[in-house]
Amino acid sequence: RMAEDVKEESVTSNDESDLAASDGSLNNTMLTEGSCLLRRMEISVAEAEKRSGKNAVSIQETYTVYLVETRPMDAIAEGHNPPPDSLWRRYSEFELLRNYLIVTYPYIVVPPLPEKRAEFVWHKLSADNMDPDFVERRRIGLENFLLRVASHPVLSNNEMLYHFLTKEHGWKEMVYETGFQAKADSRLRALSATFRVRSPHKRLVEMKHYSDGLQSHTSQLLRARTRVADRLYAVYKVHGNYGRVFSEWSAIEKEMGDGLQSAGHHMDAYAASVDDILEEEEHYADQLKEYLSYAEAVRAVCRKHELSQFELEMASQDLISKKQQREELATGIVRTFSLKGMTNKLFGQEAPEQRDAKLNLLEELIAEGEETVKEKTAECDEHAEKAWADIVRFKDQKDKDLQEALINYALMQISMCKKGIQVWSNAKECFLKM
Amino acid sequence: MNNYQQNGDDFFLYVLNQNEHIKTTCSEFDSSEYEVRRRYQDFLWLKSRLEENYPTLIIHPLPEKFVMKSMVERFNDDFIETRRKALHRFLNRITEHPILSCSHHFKVFLTEEELAPHRKLGPGFLSRMSETMRAMANSVRGLRSKLEEFAVMQAYVDDFSNKMCSVDKVTHRIIKEHREYMDELKQYGPTYFQWAESEELLAEPLKGVGSCVERCSKETEEQIQHLSEVLVPTLHEYVLCADTLKAVMRRRDNIQAEFEAKNEALASRTTDKEMEVDDLADRVEQANNALRGDWSRWRTSMRADLKSAFISTAAKNVDYYEKVSLTYCPSSLYAVCLQTSRTLASWFFRAAVLPHRC
Repeated sequence: RMAEDVKEESVTSNDESDLAASDGSLNNTMLTEGSCLLRRMEISVAEAEKRSGKNAVSIQETYTVYLVETRPMDAIAEGHNPPPDSLWRRYSEFELLRNYLIVTYPYIVVPPLPEKRAEFVWHKLSADNMDPDFVERRRIGLENFLLRVASHPVLSNNEMLYHFLTKEHGWKEMVYETGFQAKADSRLRALSATFRVRSPHKRLVEMKHYSDGLQSHTSQLLRARTRVADRLYAVYKVHGNYGRVFSEWSAIEKEMGDGLQSAGHHMDAYAASVDDILEEEEHYADQLKEYLSYAEAVRAVCRKHELSQFELEMASQDLISKKQQREELATGIVRTFSLKGMTNKLFGQEAPEQRDAKLNLLEELIAEGEETVKEKTAECDEHAEKAWADIVRFKDQKDKDLQEALINYALMQISMCKKGIQVWSNAKECFLKM
Repeated sequence: MNNYQQNGDDFFLYVLNQNEHIKTTCSEFDSSEYEVRRRYQDFLWLKSRLEENYPTLIIHPLPEKFVMKSMVERFNDDFIETRRKALHRFLNRITEHPILSCSHHFKVFLTEEELAPHRKLGPGFLSRMSETMRAMANSVRGLRSKLEEFAVMQAYVDDFSNKMCSVDKVTHRIIKEHREYMDELKQYGPTYFQWAESEELLAEPLKGVGSCVERCSKETEEQIQHLSEVLVPTLHEYVLCADTLKAVMRRRDNIQAEFEAKNEALASRTTDKEMEVDDLADRVEQANNALRGDWSRWRTSMRADLKSAFISTAAKNVDYYEKVSLTYCPSSLYAVCLQTSRTLASWFFRAAVLPHRC
């Protein structure tokens, strides 16, 4: 009901800025501080469908859309079973949402999306984006993304997120109207330039190095696992040849025939079993891929802080040099070697009226500069504090998730072994009957 | 036959130790100890003597003189050991054979210090040549009428040969794939350990999984070894057996062809050597009976050998999966579960630990 009320309000009010606070979070009194969206709303990405249509440049294309379903939690808690509200979203719309969140919350480790293109593919697995298995895994990844964002203490309050989940048409336009794209572009430009920070934030630098390590370790692991999967597939499939040969051989034998024939069937079953085994292992790979992408997100947060720090240092430097200029002008003493000093010596100093005008301008600039430095210092400190808080939260989540992933992997291996024991015990029984 | 000695680069001498344990169906041997040294060529000599004297008996094959490098792992130690085992089986089969074990040549082989003087007493090179020529001539001629049972046998032998080659090929392919899998596992395990170095809480479970992968790779190595030591040699011997059988069938056919040739000559009165024809007729009878008797013997031991090799392989595979399964539920992973959550721990306990009594 709460979600529906919010929807009604947004429909009747003309000016949606009523609902939005300056940082993009919902101001609705119904949303209590610290509670997150997921507690109030059940979210799922239920289905995927193929669509055909003309794209922005009028070319026919086929793409996949995903059904995002939401249901109010309190209705469920009360025992009602309301039908879900739903809308269709493309992968590119998820990307847009994520990019918006990254720009709007530069100090938050924004959860990653499932991979755009299939990577770390072992040879039988399809790298085709339209392949049903890929689409299914992507559906799960997209749902995971939404659940993570909707349960994040900061991100879950975002207005654009709420509209993403509830407003099918016009959502994209709304996002573009926030003007986040311009901010994103300028940030990107600034970040791609190389700059050196004089006094880097020690913990954040360590975290950046950690995220680099995490990226390289997970990708090495994924690459090695892919090759192992390829080899395992070959081992199982080649046993299918036993099935064929035993069957042919059994035809020429009398006493041995039955035993050989049934052993052959078990060999065929063994060869076939590897497909399910490796499909299950893909989920493990997906969990690792998520943290591979998370590593990038962490790195981005650290880099953005570096940029803030750099801009602060630039502003401080600028302020210092302006103060120096003021001193020189006021006292006439030129401390450091400068062109002004030289020209003064050579051509004489300028007239007092000009000097005073310059001094006044300088004072204004210095006052501005001091404001800027104060703002940037506060911004930088706030950024660092919030970033560190989210990184701590991220670390806990990572440890918990990856521990679970590793345990699940071990259980998968045990299950694979159980199947192997079954098949070979059966085969042994058949051989005994030979 | 217990061991071997290396004497120079090319010659390997096989030391045959015999003591009272070895029994034969003939009581010609006295139960004293003999130790003789034999070269591979001596085994070849024995085999050809036996084939000559008992043309339609099925003699267990000798290991090949030369083996393709690609089939043999490490040429020296393993190859010699494999060959020794095969030679051992060759001798044992003769010992167990009711007729072959009584062979004079066999006794000589086992007891005489020096084999060289006996080797010279065999039929000369020229007589062997003429026998081969006669055989070729007869095969060109073709047989008048082949008994149904031998036609069936021939067809079986041809099929059996094909199947043995196929099973042998598949088995080698499986070993190759196992080996490549093992090699990749050896690269995969370390990635867990490398990652663990930069983690705190995650270090233990990462190292846990890493050591499981290492263990898995070791077990795969053992699996490969078992296949190479048990199934491969057995299959190989039966591939060679198939060739032996083909040779036996050919020799039987030749004996019959020879008789038919002489019989025809008699009928067309180009010769009057009736006695020779009768001898040849007897020879055919003997050869056929010998083959019949040995055929069922061979079928029984073939079945036993292959059955045993396949059972052993299946059992080893079960053992492999049991060991790997046990590896993946070590107490450290369970302890990690307890840290994470009680529900996860109890689920893990029920699903993984209990069934394996970890």
